[in-house]
Amino acid sequence: MGLFDKHLAYRDAYNAIRQAGADPFSVRFDAVVSPTEGVINGKRTILLGTNNYLGLTFDEQAIASSVKAVQERGTGTTGSRIANGSFEAHVELEEALAKFYKRKHAMVFTTGYQANLGVLSTLVGRGDHLILDADSHASIYDGARLGHAEVIRFRHNDPDDLYKRLRRMKDVPGERLIVVEGIYSMIGDTAPLKEIAAVKRELGGYLLVDEAHSMGVLGEHGRGLAEAAGVEADVDFVVGTFSKSLGAIGGFCVSDMDDFDVMRVTCRPYMFTASLPPAVVSSTVTALRRLEEQPELRHKLMANARRLYDGLSGMGFVTGPTSSPIVAITMPDTERAIGMWNALLQNGVYLNLALPPATPDSRPLLRTSVSAAHTDEQIDQVLAVFAELGVAMGLIEAPLQRVSA
Amino acid sequence: MVVDTVGSMEAVTDLTLREIGLATSKVLGRSVDVANDTHIGRDLAVDSLALMNIIMELEDTFDISIPLDRLASVETAGDLASLIKDLRNRA
Repeated sequence: MGLFDKHLAYRDAYNAIRQAGADPFSVRFDAVVSPTEGVINGKRTILLGTNNYLGLTFDEQAIASSVKAVQERGTGTTGSRIANGSFEAHVELEEALAKFYKRKHAMVFTTGYQANLGVLSTLVGRGDHLILDADSHASIYDGARLGHAEVIRFRHNDPDDLYKRLRRMKDVPGERLIVVEGIYSMIGDTAPLKEIAAVKRELGGYLLVDEAHSMGVLGEHGRGLAEAAGVEADVDFVVGTFSKSLGAIGGFCVSDMDDFDVMRVTCRPYMFTASLPPAVVSSTVTALRRLEEQPELRHKLMANARRLYDGLSGMGFVTGPTSSPIVAITMPDTERAIGMWNALLQNGVYLNLALPPATPDSRPLLRTSVSAAHTDEQIDQVLAVFAELGVAMGLIEAPLQRVSA
Repeated sequence: MVVDTVGSMEAVTDLTLREIGLATSKVLGRSVDVANDTHIGRDLAVDSLALMNIIMELEDTFDISIPLDRLASVETAGDLASLIKDLRNRA
């Protein structure tokens, strides 16, 4: 038995996908020229799968503060904050996040993945219970595995199922932490947070919401689903990332709970990794301010999402339950999903191919994420490509021709 | 007396195996045969996600909680049946 033998089935499946055309899991960009446009194999391509919701990756002010930071503070921190200390920008970013979310405490992590790994494995321990939505992101499952709490799943977005499972353990000792996401990354649906908060209030426990895809996207001020659903007081912890709406990399957790800061000396994924470099922290501080200053970005994002969602649904593509900045198109089978993905790329549209088991219901998806930086013309061009390829591949019916009298 | 106890334990295990088979069929969308030594991954082609969904079904069938960390030691349907028996006794 070789070390990689257990992965050979994946290798074979991966090779089969690559033989069908380009490699969807290793696309190489010759250049990225704006938040919405790149060059792939010499061809200008519309970027429709980059989670760059507000288009802030090329924000001039964010770039300027990043450049200033790298010149003044160097390229990296070369260590963790408990060993090498914090730069003033780390503290500034944590204060800005706490203020933005109107919470007492904020802690910054080096990636969003590590934020979930750290927070979930530290908040609950042996004898406690972690209650996860079944469609949780891999970082949530991995955080659950890193800790020692007992892990129970409830059916996706089903508050009654959550209620039943919490009731079932009502006499069992230990704390309970319920974990849901603001927007689920695969098909863009949101959690029924009001109802979930009501279950938490009735049966007890703590509630954590991962707003990775909803920060800067949902809520009047961009604080995410908790704000949009009007239940921020019921949400004990918000986890999020800087790698989507804020256009950088990094993760965070905010909370009002006393003693939150003890995690700085108990949370291993925070303690034993290098902290974010100055350039990233500074661009993130600026991007957060830009998010707050420009609610119009959020409005444009939602309008773009609606334009794409309505356009695709209207043609007959199978899309998710609601219009959101993540628009996923369910494909009938993996072969056609791969074929369509390749054809879209050849026609200048880049999006994500998502294959089971990373998708709900074991069905392949073409996953798009819209940006506030997309123009109406870009969305219309994408729709035109989808219409042409969809008919050619038998995924949708050709539009009815007007019969002349 | 001793024989009776063993006999009823076997009956309980058989019933549990039957429910494991039903839950697996429901999640996979095809009928499966499940015996004590059926290997869940190899024989039934159940991946990690499907197994977690089967567990969710069985939690409802038996009205128990089956924490995911307890699955680390589960390879066969028999292992799963003993785990369920264990958790039912704990309840």
